[in-house]
Amino acid sequence: MLFKSRNFDDAKTVLTVQDLTVSLPPAAKAPPVLNRISLTIRQGETVCLVGESGSGKSVTSLAIMGLLPKDALFVTGGKITLSDTDLLTQSQGAMQDIRARRVAMIFQEPMTALNPVMRVGDQIEEVLESHTSLSADERRKRVIDIMEQVHLPDVDRIHRSYPHQLSGGQRQRIMIAMALVLEPELLIADEPTTALDVTTQQQILSLIAELQEKHGTAVLFITHDMGVVAEIADTVYVMKSGDLVEHAPIETLLRAPKQDYTQNLLRAVPSLIPRAPRTAPGGDPVLKVDNLDMIYGGGGFFVKRAGTHAAKDVTFTVARGRTLGIVGESGSGKSTVARCIMRLIAPTAGSIRLRDTDIAHLNRAQLKPHRQHLQVVFQDPFRSLNPRWTVGRSLIEGPVNYGTSPSQAMARAAELMEIVGLPRDSLDRYPHQFSGGQRQRIAIARAVMMQPDVLVADEAVSALDVSVQAQVLDLLNDLQEKLGITIVFITHDLRVAAQICDDVLVMQRGVVVEQGPAAAVLANPQHEYTKSLIEAAPGRAWDFANFRELGAA
Amino acid sequence: MSHYAPPSSAMQSVLRLFSIPSLAKLGTGPLIAAAVLTMIVIVTLLSPWLAPFDPLEMNPMNRLQGPSDANLLGTDPFGRDIYSRVLIGGRVSLLIGIGAAIVSVFIGLIIGLIAGFFRLADTIIMRIMDSLMAIPSILLAIALVALNGPSITSVIMAITIPEIPRVVRLVRSVVLTAREEPYVEAAVALGSSMPKILFQHLMPNTMAPLIVQGTYILASAILTEAILSFLGAGVSTEIPTWGNIMAEGRQYFRIKPELILWPGLMLSLCILSINLLGDTARDMLDPRLKKRGE
Repeated sequence: MLFKSRNFDDAKTVLTVQDLTVSLPPAAKAPPVLNRISLTIRQGETVCLVGESGSGKSVTSLAIMGLLPKDALFVTGGKITLSDTDLLTQSQGAMQDIRARRVAMIFQEPMTALNPVMRVGDQIEEVLESHTSLSADERRKRVIDIMEQVHLPDVDRIHRSYPHQLSGGQRQRIMIAMALVLEPELLIADEPTTALDVTTQQQILSLIAELQEKHGTAVLFITHDMGVVAEIADTVYVMKSGDLVEHAPIETLLRAPKQDYTQNLLRAVPSLIPRAPRTAPGGDPVLKVDNLDMIYGGGGFFVKRAGTHAAKDVTFTVARGRTLGIVGESGSGKSTVARCIMRLIAPTAGSIRLRDTDIAHLNRAQLKPHRQHLQVVFQDPFRSLNPRWTVGRSLIEGPVNYGTSPSQAMARAAELMEIVGLPRDSLDRYPHQFSGGQRQRIAIARAVMMQPDVLVADEAVSALDVSVQAQVLDLLNDLQEKLGITIVFITHDLRVAAQICDDVLVMQRGVVVEQGPAAAVLANPQHEYTKSLIEAAPGRAWDFANFRELGAA
Repeated sequence: MSHYAPPSSAMQSVLRLFSIPSLAKLGTGPLIAAAVLTMIVIVTLLSPWLAPFDPLEMNPMNRLQGPSDANLLGTDPFGRDIYSRVLIGGRVSLLIGIGAAIVSVFIGLIIGLIAGFFRLADTIIMRIMDSLMAIPSILLAIALVALNGPSITSVIMAITIPEIPRVVRLVRSVVLTAREEPYVEAAVALGSSMPKILFQHLMPNTMAPLIVQGTYILASAILTEAILSFLGAGVSTEIPTWGNIMAEGRQYFRIKPELILWPGLMLSLCILSINLLGDTARDMLDPRLKKRGE
């Protein structure tokens, strides 16, 4: 694999952060949020800051921007220098000017960073208007120019568009245009591609690289995704709970990580190599979906409107104890299929046979006896448990609905807590006392309480850090082996799918474009779309867990 | 995700209102309001014992007297004791206000939960609520009292009905957001019954905004009652309320302003303190709104 790691020994230093310490107010008596962080970024260099959530990546970037939340976080030591300017001693007004001209920032969610009621062209122009003395004509020329540089199609139309009329990728391009229009020395990118689909992510990453080359901008790239790091970084800094653990040029770091923490972080990165195929046990189909069709909206009282065809003719079968992955980008209809199977919505047409009953068109009351065989784990661990209920109460809700006595259910819940790796006394606590990964374990335990035949995991590990992700995937695997549950695993991440699925089904715009055993689909994709998805998976040529190129055994 | 607020039941929120450190943070305004309101409530509740005279007992010999030892605030054109009338009248006014607030919050909550959860019911219920809101509330209340006669129950009903749509809209909007939460969908998947989801998962979300809305409705109900009585469309004049005491005082206002001053003062103080406490409750239950105001 080709790494960037260019030589920057002669390049001018753009940013130096020296022993930066950021703390909570003294009254909190807490350890510092950032503990003596030092880093340097040179002209044209891409520095990646990686670490799991809570490691202090974003606080570092905010401290550099001078945007730490007032009265909550304070710089208590160290120095931040941007080519000879000491950023910590600047006044508010001076900082504002520096933020516009010399340091720019792009964020994860472009929709919230853009003004929804202003045309995007005007928003870029506004930056020029308040920080340069260009004439209206020149400003417009600069705006059109930068929009062309970020490769937006049909610049004239997009110039006049509002943010909601653009796709996620286009909005992120606008943000990049806005950040770069004043040619800053330093660009801080805080997880800029995390909310985007893989194919779009790849385009944005290469766009940033291209513009960086053209303008010689130094880039501080914050991400949790080791694949992305492998693709774009020159130098990597690894952070862990406020400390800088290790830093090295990318190739050195990936080949010979020194610290245990970095090694574990790398080992947890899921690879695209599919798991060893399991022999199909027995093979009696538990879930059989035939010609499933889902059309949202449509109808209309006076005028017949066309609805959104979210799932077209979806057909698949899953046998007992197997895992089927449904893979696709946003808008591919994978979640629609999941919600139809769960019967949270009623499909427009088709049949869903659970064991031997077609549940596709049953009503609420008829569904009740079948619900217990069909459970779900959602993506967001912070919202999938009722925050007002103790964990125990959440866990026994299902069994009690089906006639188990609360005390019996509670005993089973305590056993299950241990199986999912949490202490028994967790039952008396509230969800906010647990971390994201622990909550996801609780959500899985809640589903398993019902002893379901089918477990639908809708992006169940997408919101988790990689190391936690790996643990939760292991847990699902264990439970499957112990209890013979069939899992339908919905994900946008091919690497995760490769780790857990026996069979894979790839969806694009509501249509199944390819399906088959995971090994076959991922190693030898037939459809163009599957190929492009695999192409776009960041860092796919690197075997993170073994610190070497793939295939270099 | 890091902004995740610790959970709280409605009861915990209420208890938090009374915890010592938060009281200290509030400043004096809400404390004074609470003291004034408590005074008014206690005095009006104990009015049968505190009032020296029967509020209806006329004494033509003793008309329009100034304050004296016997009549603390003087007497009205029929020689009735103003002090006794204001105390007793306050009791009826508060009773109607509290009654109307409780009934409208309760009914509005039930209708709102149903409207938020069932699509079909939503369309029908919300159109009815829209039409109710299209009629000026005082006009609607006058019409309802005219239909049902000027008893206390009918006045409470007349004030309640125009208030219901506001509660319904509030509850419905909270339910519409909450029902999309994964934990509610998980409850559906766990086979929980409709009432269980409605009352155990969705209803607790509505409590904090309802407590706030409830205080505003209380203030507005007391005021509406006074307006109705003042217009002669409230409870009959045999039952004194702040509103009809002021209505009767209107003709003699130039000779004797106290006839309107005392009930009016009580009414204003009462509503002012309720609104102030409502604002405080809102700031504590929903800190985001507070920041916006600053």
